[in-house]
Amino acid sequence: MSQSEQVVSLRDVSKTFERTGTSALEGIELEIGRREFISLIGPSGCGKSTLLRIVGDLIQPSSGDVVVNGKPAHQARLDRDYGIVFQDAVLYEWRTVAKNIGLPLEMGGWDRRRRQERVHEMLELVELTGFADHHPWQLSGGMQQRVSIARALSFSPALLLMDEPFGALDEMTRERLNAELLGIWAETGSTVIFVTHSIAEAVFLSTRVVVMSPRPGRISGVVEIDLPQPRTNELREDARFAELIRDVRRVLRRGGGLDEHEEPLPVEERV
Amino acid sequence: MASLVARRVGTFVAVLAALWGLWEAFKWFGEATEFRLGSFEVNDRTLPHLHDVFAELGEPSRRNGPTLISILDDAALFTAKEAAAGFALGATFGFLIAIVLVHSGLLQRSLLPYIVASQTVPILAIAPMVVVWVNPQLPDSLKGWGAVAVIAAYLTFFPVTINTLRGLQSADPRAIELMRSYAASRWRVLWKLRVPASMPYLFAALKISATASVVGAIIGELPASITEGLGGAILNFNQYYASAPTRLWATNLVAAALGIAFFLAVLAAEKVVVRRAPEHVA
Repeated sequence: MSQSEQVVSLRDVSKTFERTGTSALEGIELEIGRREFISLIGPSGCGKSTLLRIVGDLIQPSSGDVVVNGKPAHQARLDRDYGIVFQDAVLYEWRTVAKNIGLPLEMGGWDRRRRQERVHEMLELVELTGFADHHPWQLSGGMQQRVSIARALSFSPALLLMDEPFGALDEMTRERLNAELLGIWAETGSTVIFVTHSIAEAVFLSTRVVVMSPRPGRISGVVEIDLPQPRTNELREDARFAELIRDVRRVLRRGGGLDEHEEPLPVEERV
Repeated sequence: MASLVARRVGTFVAVLAALWGLWEAFKWFGEATEFRLGSFEVNDRTLPHLHDVFAELGEPSRRNGPTLISILDDAALFTAKEAAAGFALGATFGFLIAIVLVHSGLLQRSLLPYIVASQTVPILAIAPMVVVWVNPQLPDSLKGWGAVAVIAAYLTFFPVTINTLRGLQSADPRAIELMRSYAASRWRVLWKLRVPASMPYLFAALKISATASVVGAIIGELPASITEGLGGAILNFNQYYASAPTRLWATNLVAAALGIAFFLAVLAAEKVVVRRAPEHVA
């Protein structure tokens, strides 16, 4: 992969929270290429959400280089190079579904007509046509999260950052949205960084699974997922799928990330 | 929908009837048992019949003069003008202070104690000074009642500042991160996120301020020597309380009705402006 193909490149990135002196991340090295789907997995407190926010320039690393789309992360944020999805949908409850999806477009200075067209396309993409004029509280949790994904993708960012986006949903909804997300990923051609607690979810979605270990957060291994594309739900019963899950578990255990007695999440990890 | 309205009206009438009944029952009981509390005793002077109070509204307040209700109507309209102007002034001022304060922790820490202190000074002590300071500055069309509006504003701004400040800070931290990810300026974070998020808080404050502005206007009329409003009417009928207690009671009813009208106006505006999940509307 040539240098220009890198969407994200992290060089020796460390983060220490000054107030508590907690070392959240240490010596993170990671290159993410165009159209990759990367999952960050690890136990609570391993700094995966922190790493995601560092890529998004929402918090600053204590040391190291973060390059996004060939420029410093700060510039990439100002250029609106990425969309972000949180565990909760974080919709603006005073805005309709359509206006929530159109919010980043408003910020980007799109005129009203282009905005409407684009919002309509996005509603089709996440299969919510007909809900444009609903308010968030009138939707189920899964639907709200689809709105939040549509909002993140509305301005076609090269990079999509997802912080446990399906963590609050029930298993059935989660599997359906996993499949939908893969469809959207194939269609839009964006690069995805996906934080999750679920090994199965990580294996099912990703081209590579980055396994992290806690205190300080480090990358303890990377598992290449060579499952065929496009992926369907039948794959979950495939022998290779089970084997890859075993591989990820093995790396997790090696990094000390699979013990049963986890310490509570440091407060600042959530900031 | 129609049945909902019918039920609400029904509840309202039932509560009103119950209060009426309570009043009359207390009066009857007090008179029958010659109830006394210090020098207070229940009779037609201390506690007139409610129907006498309402009947008084239809009587002329002096021989061959207009009925009491038409006098009080005019007075209420006059006071409403002062209170509405004061409310608008105070709400705007209070909102702007909150916007300044939310952007500076230093200003917040240094100014907030004085804003709180401003409300511990009794309005009766402030009002005469406001009249002396403000009145000479006003053009003729605002003279007198303009100063009263400023007094009403003084009572109005405080709840608005405190609540709006809280509301502006109520936005979800991730929603702010989201705005940062759109490279939104402070100004746009304010108008697209903080201000809309503050609306339920703002309206909670406006409901308090709406009635406070009416109280402020009535009280403000006294040092401003304004006789056209409800404050003037109260002062006037207070002098004749011994001979005609029902007039003062009737004036109180009209003043209460004005406060309620202000409150309902804010409620109606809230219904239009605040679009929230039902459980988030105060």
